[in-house]
Amino acid sequence: MSRAPSRGTVVIDAARCKGCELCIPACPPRVLRMSARRNASGYLLPELLEGCTGCGACLLVCPDFCFEVYQLDAPDAAKTTGGIA
Amino acid sequence: MSGDRDAEGVGAGDPLRVVPTDAPPSGACRRKGSFTPSLTLMGEHDLCPGCGEPLALRQILDSIEALGQAQRAIGVVGIGCYTALTSLMDVDLIQALHGRAPSVATGAKRMRPECLLFTLQGDGDMVNEGLQEVIHTAARGENVTCILLNNGVFGETGGHMTATTVLGQRTKNSIEGRDARLHGHPILIGDLLARLDGTAYVARASVHDAAGVARTRRFLDRAFTSQLKGQGFSFVEILTMCPTGWFIPTAEGPGYLDRELGAVHEVGELKKDGVLVGG
Repeated sequence: MSRAPSRGTVVIDAARCKGCELCIPACPPRVLRMSARRNASGYLLPELLEGCTGCGACLLVCPDFCFEVYQLDAPDAAKTTGGIA
Repeated sequence: MSGDRDAEGVGAGDPLRVVPTDAPPSGACRRKGSFTPSLTLMGEHDLCPGCGEPLALRQILDSIEALGQAQRAIGVVGIGCYTALTSLMDVDLIQALHGRAPSVATGAKRMRPECLLFTLQGDGDMVNEGLQEVIHTAARGENVTCILLNNGVFGETGGHMTATTVLGQRTKNSIEGRDARLHGHPILIGDLLARLDGTAYVARASVHDAAGVARTRRFLDRAFTSQLKGQGFSFVEILTMCPTGWFIPTAEGPGYLDRELGAVHEVGELKKDGVLVGG
Protein backbone atom coordinates (compact mmCIF):
# COMPACT_ATOMS: atom_id res chain seq x y z
CA MET A 1 0.00 0.00 0.00
CA SER A 2 1.75 3.13 -1.19
CA ARG A 3 1.26 6.50 0.41
CA ALA A 4 1.68 10.02 -0.86
CA PRO A 5 4.61 11.86 0.73
CA SER A 6 3.73 13.78 3.86
CA ARG A 7 2.88 17.41 3.15
CA GLY A 8 2.13 18.03 6.78
CA THR A 9 2.51 16.54 10.21
CA VAL A 10 1.08 16.81 13.69
CA VAL A 11 2.39 16.92 17.23
CA ILE A 12 0.23 14.88 19.59
CA ASP A 13 0.03 15.83 23.26
CA ALA A 14 -0.05 12.25 24.49
CA ALA A 15 -0.41 13.21 28.15
CA ARG A 16 -3.69 15.01 27.48
CA CYS A 17 -5.26 12.43 25.15
CA LYS A 18 -8.26 10.48 26.48
CA GLY A 19 -8.23 7.89 23.68
CA CYS A 20 -11.69 8.76 22.36
CA GLU A 21 -10.71 7.83 18.76
CA LEU A 22 -12.66 10.72 17.18
CA CYS A 23 -9.55 11.72 15.21
CA ILE A 24 -9.24 8.33 13.47
CA PRO A 25 -12.22 8.49 11.06
CA ALA A 26 -11.95 12.30 10.83
CA CYS A 27 -8.56 12.11 9.05
CA PRO A 28 -9.25 12.49 5.29
CA PRO A 29 -6.07 10.63 4.10
CA ARG A 30 -6.66 7.98 6.83
CA VAL A 31 -3.14 8.28 8.27
CA LEU A 32 -4.16 8.24 11.93
CA ARG A 33 -4.74 4.94 13.67
CA MET A 34 -4.90 3.75 17.24
CA SER A 35 -1.68 2.28 18.59
CA ALA A 36 -1.19 -0.16 21.44
CA ARG A 37 0.61 2.50 23.46
CA ARG A 38 -1.03 4.04 26.51
CA ASN A 39 -0.37 7.28 28.35
CA ALA A 40 0.08 7.63 32.11
CA SER A 41 -3.71 7.76 32.55
CA GLY A 42 -4.05 4.43 30.76
CA TYR A 43 -5.69 5.76 27.60
CA LEU A 44 -4.74 4.21 24.24
CA LEU A 45 -3.01 6.74 21.98
CA PRO A 46 -3.32 7.50 18.26
CA GLU A 47 -0.29 7.37 16.00
CA LEU A 48 0.48 9.07 12.68
CA LEU A 49 1.50 7.31 9.47
CA GLU A 50 3.15 8.85 6.42
CA GLY A 51 0.86 10.78 4.11
CA CYS A 52 -0.41 13.57 6.38
CA THR A 53 -1.58 16.60 4.39
CA GLY A 54 -1.66 19.00 7.34
CA CYS A 55 -5.34 19.69 6.74
CA GLY A 56 -6.13 20.07 10.45
CA ALA A 57 -9.29 17.94 10.56
CA CYS A 58 -7.89 16.08 13.60
CA LEU A 59 -7.48 19.37 15.43
CA LEU A 60 -11.10 20.35 14.70
CA VAL A 61 -12.56 17.11 16.12
CA CYS A 62 -10.25 16.57 19.12
CA PRO A 63 -12.12 17.34 22.35
CA ASP A 64 -8.92 17.45 24.38
CA PHE A 65 -6.83 19.89 22.33
CA CYS A 66 -4.17 17.21 21.63
CA PHE A 67 -3.20 18.21 18.10
CA GLU A 68 -0.84 20.83 16.76
CA VAL A 69 -0.74 20.90 12.95
CA TYR A 70 2.18 21.80 10.68
CA GLN A 71 2.46 22.14 6.92
CA LEU A 72 5.88 21.21 5.59
CA ASP A 73 7.72 23.41 3.10
CA ALA A 74 9.41 20.31 1.64
CA PRO A 75 7.19 17.22 1.35
CA ASP A 76 8.23 14.25 3.46
CA ALA A 77 10.40 16.33 5.81
CA ALA A 78 8.50 14.64 8.62
CA LYS A 79 10.83 11.69 8.19
CA THR A 80 13.68 13.82 9.44
CA THR A 81 11.99 14.89 12.66
CA GLY A 82 13.53 13.85 15.92
CA GLY A 83 12.02 11.89 18.74
CA ILE A 84 10.62 8.42 19.04
CA ALA A 85 7.30 7.45 17.55
CA MET B 1 7.29 0.28 22.08
CA SER B 2 7.49 -1.27 18.60
CA GLY B 3 7.00 -4.62 20.27
CA ASP B 4 3.51 -3.50 21.21
CA ARG B 5 2.72 -2.81 17.60
CA ASP B 6 4.10 -6.20 16.62
CA ALA B 7 1.72 -7.72 19.11
CA GLU B 8 -1.10 -5.90 17.34
CA GLY B 9 -0.03 -7.44 14.05
CA VAL B 10 0.78 -4.12 12.42
CA GLY B 11 4.50 -3.90 13.25
CA ALA B 12 6.63 -6.49 11.47
CA GLY B 13 6.22 -6.37 7.72
CA ASP B 14 3.96 -3.33 7.98
CA PRO B 15 4.71 -1.11 4.96
CA LEU B 16 3.24 1.91 6.72
CA ARG B 17 5.81 3.91 8.58
CA VAL B 18 4.89 5.60 11.83
CA VAL B 19 5.86 9.27 11.93
CA PRO B 20 7.16 10.76 15.19
CA THR B 21 4.60 13.06 16.79
CA ASP B 22 6.26 14.03 20.05
CA ALA B 23 7.99 17.18 18.76
CA PRO B 24 7.52 19.75 15.97
CA PRO B 25 9.19 18.92 12.64
CA SER B 26 12.84 19.94 12.42
CA GLY B 27 12.66 21.03 8.77
CA ALA B 28 11.14 24.18 7.29
CA CYS B 29 7.45 24.25 8.10
CA ARG B 30 4.51 26.47 8.95
CA ARG B 31 2.36 25.94 12.01
CA LYS B 32 -1.21 25.78 10.78
CA GLY B 33 -3.04 25.11 14.02
CA SER B 34 -2.17 25.32 17.71
CA PHE B 35 -3.22 22.88 20.40
CA THR B 36 -5.58 25.32 22.08
CA PRO B 37 -7.42 28.41 20.85
CA SER B 38 -5.46 31.53 21.78
CA LEU B 39 -8.34 32.67 24.01
CA THR B 40 -7.78 29.77 26.40
CA LEU B 41 -5.84 29.87 29.64
CA MET B 42 -4.99 26.16 29.64
CA GLY B 43 -5.80 23.03 27.68
CA GLU B 44 -6.64 20.46 30.31
CA HIS B 45 -10.23 19.82 31.29
CA ASP B 46 -12.11 17.06 33.05
CA LEU B 47 -14.92 16.48 30.56
CA CYS B 48 -15.45 12.89 29.42
CA PRO B 49 -13.61 11.31 26.48
CA GLY B 50 -15.44 11.96 23.21
CA CYS B 51 -17.40 14.96 24.50
CA GLY B 52 -18.51 17.40 21.80
CA GLU B 53 -18.63 20.50 23.97
CA PRO B 54 -14.90 21.38 23.77
CA LEU B 55 -15.18 21.25 19.96
CA ALA B 56 -17.87 23.92 20.10
CA LEU B 57 -15.88 25.93 22.64
CA ARG B 58 -12.89 26.12 20.29
CA GLN B 59 -15.05 27.53 17.49
CA ILE B 60 -16.75 30.04 19.80
CA LEU B 61 -13.43 31.40 21.08
CA ASP B 62 -11.82 31.42 17.63
CA SER B 63 -14.81 33.27 16.19
CA ILE B 64 -14.70 35.93 18.92
CA GLU B 65 -11.01 36.49 18.30
CA ALA B 66 -11.29 36.52 14.51
CA LEU B 67 -13.96 39.22 14.75
CA GLY B 68 -11.66 41.31 16.94
CA GLN B 69 -14.00 41.11 19.93
CA ALA B 70 -11.72 39.43 22.49
CA GLN B 71 -11.55 42.52 24.68
CA ARG B 72 -15.25 43.29 24.34
CA ALA B 73 -16.76 39.84 24.73
CA ILE B 74 -18.79 38.88 27.79
CA GLY B 75 -20.02 35.34 28.14
CA VAL B 76 -22.91 34.38 30.40
CA VAL B 77 -22.69 30.73 31.32
CA GLY B 78 -25.42 28.40 32.49
CA ILE B 79 -25.12 25.23 34.55
CA GLY B 80 -23.87 22.07 32.91
CA CYS B 81 -20.73 20.13 32.05
CA TYR B 82 -19.61 23.09 29.93
CA THR B 83 -19.53 25.23 33.06
CA ALA B 84 -16.27 23.43 33.87
CA LEU B 85 -14.85 24.87 30.64
CA THR B 86 -15.05 28.39 32.05
CA SER B 87 -11.69 27.81 33.77
CA LEU B 88 -10.21 27.52 30.28
CA MET B 89 -11.82 30.61 28.74
CA ASP B 90 -9.84 33.84 28.54
CA VAL B 91 -12.86 36.13 28.11
CA ASP B 92 -14.97 37.94 30.68
CA LEU B 93 -17.63 35.65 32.08
CA ILE B 94 -20.71 35.85 34.29
CA GLN B 95 -22.10 32.73 35.94
CA ALA B 96 -25.89 32.65 35.75
CA LEU B 97 -28.39 30.51 37.57
CA HIS B 98 -29.97 27.56 35.76
CA GLY B 99 -31.46 28.79 32.49
CA ARG B 100 -31.26 32.46 33.41
CA ALA B 101 -28.30 33.33 31.17
CA PRO B 102 -30.36 35.12 28.45
CA SER B 103 -31.86 37.48 31.05
CA VAL B 104 -28.45 38.19 32.60
CA ALA B 105 -27.07 38.81 29.11
CA THR B 106 -29.98 41.20 28.47
CA GLY B 107 -28.99 43.31 31.46
CA ALA B 108 -25.30 43.30 30.60
CA LYS B 109 -25.95 44.25 26.97
CA ARG B 110 -28.30 47.09 27.87
CA MET B 111 -25.72 48.56 30.24
CA ARG B 112 -22.72 47.81 27.98
CA PRO B 113 -24.05 47.96 24.41
CA GLU B 114 -20.51 48.13 23.02
CA CYS B 115 -19.82 44.61 24.31
CA LEU B 116 -20.38 41.34 22.47
CA LEU B 117 -22.76 39.37 24.70
CA PHE B 118 -23.15 35.63 24.33
CA THR B 119 -24.63 32.90 26.47
CA LEU B 120 -23.32 29.36 26.74
CA GLN B 121 -26.06 26.95 27.75
CA GLY B 122 -26.97 23.30 27.46
CA ASP B 123 -30.32 21.86 26.47
CA GLY B 124 -31.16 21.03 30.07
CA ASP B 125 -30.30 24.54 31.16
CA MET B 126 -31.96 26.42 28.30
CA VAL B 127 -34.88 24.25 27.19
CA ASN B 128 -35.86 22.67 30.51
CA GLU B 129 -34.82 24.83 33.43
CA GLY B 130 -35.09 28.26 31.84
CA LEU B 131 -37.17 27.92 28.69
CA GLN B 132 -39.13 31.10 29.28
CA GLU B 133 -35.92 33.14 29.62
CA VAL B 134 -34.66 32.44 26.11
CA ILE B 135 -38.12 32.77 24.56
CA HIS B 136 -38.77 36.18 26.11
CA THR B 137 -35.25 37.38 25.33
CA ALA B 138 -35.74 36.34 21.70
CA ALA B 139 -39.23 37.84 21.51
CA ARG B 140 -37.94 41.15 22.87
CA GLY B 141 -35.30 41.12 20.15
CA GLU B 142 -32.48 41.66 22.61
CA ASN B 143 -29.24 42.20 20.74
CA VAL B 144 -27.43 39.21 22.26
CA THR B 145 -26.27 35.85 20.92
CA CYS B 146 -27.46 32.72 22.72
CA ILE B 147 -25.49 29.55 22.09
CA LEU B 148 -27.05 26.19 22.89
CA LEU B 149 -24.96 23.03 23.25
CA ASN B 150 -27.60 20.37 22.58
CA ASN B 151 -26.84 16.71 23.36
CA GLY B 152 -30.32 15.64 24.41
CA VAL B 153 -29.38 14.75 27.98
CA PHE B 154 -28.70 16.32 31.36
CA GLY B 155 -25.05 15.28 31.06
CA GLU B 156 -23.75 16.82 34.26
CA THR B 157 -26.30 15.21 36.54
CA GLY B 158 -26.14 11.73 35.07
CA GLY B 159 -27.63 11.65 31.58
CA HIS B 160 -31.37 12.11 32.14
CA MET B 161 -33.89 13.03 29.47
CA THR B 162 -34.28 16.69 28.51
CA ALA B 163 -36.91 18.51 26.51
CA THR B 164 -34.78 18.07 23.36
CA THR B 165 -34.25 14.28 23.75
CA VAL B 166 -35.47 12.73 20.50
CA LEU B 167 -38.14 10.03 20.42
CA GLY B 168 -36.60 6.62 20.91
CA GLN B 169 -33.47 8.00 22.55
CA ARG B 170 -32.27 6.01 25.54
CA THR B 171 -31.52 8.07 28.63
CA LYS B 172 -31.27 7.31 32.33
CA ASN B 173 -34.99 7.81 32.82
CA SER B 174 -36.19 6.72 29.38
CA ILE B 175 -34.17 3.54 29.32
CA GLU B 176 -36.42 1.89 26.73
CA GLY B 177 -36.26 5.02 24.59
CA ARG B 178 -38.25 8.26 24.79
CA ASP B 179 -41.92 7.46 24.27
CA ALA B 180 -44.19 10.30 23.16
CA ARG B 181 -47.17 8.87 25.08
CA LEU B 182 -45.20 8.76 28.31
CA HIS B 183 -42.58 11.51 27.98
CA GLY B 184 -44.05 13.89 25.43
CA HIS B 185 -42.44 15.19 22.26
CA PRO B 186 -39.08 16.94 21.91
CA ILE B 187 -38.96 20.73 21.63
CA LEU B 188 -37.16 21.92 18.51
CA ILE B 189 -35.99 25.11 20.12
CA GLY B 190 -34.25 26.56 17.07
CA ASP B 191 -37.39 26.21 14.95
CA LEU B 192 -39.50 27.67 17.76
CA LEU B 193 -37.29 30.74 18.21
CA ALA B 194 -37.00 31.33 14.47
CA ARG B 195 -40.77 31.97 14.33
CA LEU B 196 -40.47 34.90 16.75
CA ASP B 197 -40.31 38.35 15.18
CA GLY B 198 -37.50 39.48 17.50
CA THR B 199 -34.98 37.00 16.16
CA ALA B 200 -32.57 38.12 13.44
CA TYR B 201 -30.38 35.04 12.98
CA VAL B 202 -31.10 31.41 13.90
CA ALA B 203 -28.99 28.41 12.87
CA ARG B 204 -28.41 24.85 13.93
CA ALA B 205 -24.98 23.21 13.56
CA SER B 206 -23.44 19.90 14.57
CA VAL B 207 -19.90 18.93 15.54
CA HIS B 208 -20.14 15.29 14.43
CA ASP B 209 -17.34 15.67 11.87
CA ALA B 210 -14.72 18.17 10.68
CA ALA B 211 -17.03 19.66 8.06
CA GLY B 212 -19.71 20.07 10.70
CA VAL B 213 -17.25 21.83 12.99
CA ALA B 214 -16.26 24.18 10.16
CA ARG B 215 -19.96 24.86 9.49
CA THR B 216 -20.43 25.57 13.19
CA ARG B 217 -17.77 28.24 12.93
CA ARG B 218 -19.46 29.90 9.94
CA PHE B 219 -22.80 30.03 11.77
CA LEU B 220 -21.15 31.48 14.90
CA ASP B 221 -19.39 34.12 12.79
CA ARG B 222 -22.72 35.10 11.22
CA ALA B 223 -24.54 35.20 14.56
CA PHE B 224 -21.90 37.41 16.19
CA THR B 225 -21.78 39.62 13.09
CA SER B 226 -25.55 39.98 13.28
CA GLN B 227 -25.22 41.20 16.87
CA LEU B 228 -22.42 43.61 15.91
CA LYS B 229 -24.75 45.05 13.25
CA GLY B 230 -27.43 45.51 15.91
CA GLN B 231 -29.93 43.30 14.10
CA GLY B 232 -31.46 41.79 17.24
CA PHE B 233 -31.50 38.36 18.83
CA SER B 234 -29.21 35.73 17.33
CA PHE B 235 -29.14 32.05 18.16
CA VAL B 236 -26.83 29.16 17.31
CA GLU B 237 -27.76 25.65 18.39
CA ILE B 238 -24.83 23.24 18.28
CA LEU B 239 -25.51 19.49 18.45
CA THR B 240 -22.76 17.85 20.54
CA MET B 241 -21.80 14.28 21.39
CA CYS B 242 -22.36 12.85 24.87
CA PRO B 243 -21.26 9.20 24.60
CA THR B 244 -21.36 8.84 28.39
CA GLY B 245 -24.98 9.96 28.59
CA TRP B 246 -25.93 7.94 25.53
CA PHE B 247 -24.38 4.68 26.85
CA ILE B 248 -22.26 4.19 23.72
CA PRO B 249 -18.51 3.92 22.97
CA THR B 250 -16.84 7.25 22.26
CA ALA B 251 -16.05 6.34 18.66
CA GLU B 252 -19.77 5.81 17.96
CA GLY B 253 -20.71 9.27 19.27
CA PRO B 254 -20.46 11.24 16.01
CA GLY B 255 -22.45 8.66 14.03
CA TYR B 256 -25.15 8.48 16.72
CA LEU B 257 -25.37 12.27 16.83
CA ASP B 258 -25.75 12.61 13.08
CA ARG B 259 -28.13 9.67 12.72
CA GLU B 260 -30.38 10.09 15.76
CA LEU B 261 -30.35 13.71 17.00
CA GLY B 262 -29.45 15.18 13.60
CA ALA B 263 -32.45 13.52 11.96
CA VAL B 264 -34.84 15.47 14.22
CA HIS B 265 -32.87 18.63 14.99
CA GLU B 266 -31.94 19.30 11.36
CA VAL B 267 -28.74 21.21 10.69
CA GLY B 268 -28.88 24.44 8.72
CA GLU B 269 -29.68 28.13 8.85
CA LEU B 270 -33.28 28.79 9.83
CA LYS B 271 -33.34 32.58 9.75
CA LYS B 272 -31.02 35.21 8.27
CA ASP B 273 -31.31 39.00 8.50
CA GLY B 274 -34.68 38.56 10.19
CA VAL B 275 -36.11 36.52 7.33
CA LEU B 276 -37.02 32.83 7.62
CA VAL B 277 -34.94 30.69 5.29
CA GLY B 278 -37.23 29.06 2.77
CA GLY B 279 -40.23 30.71 4.42
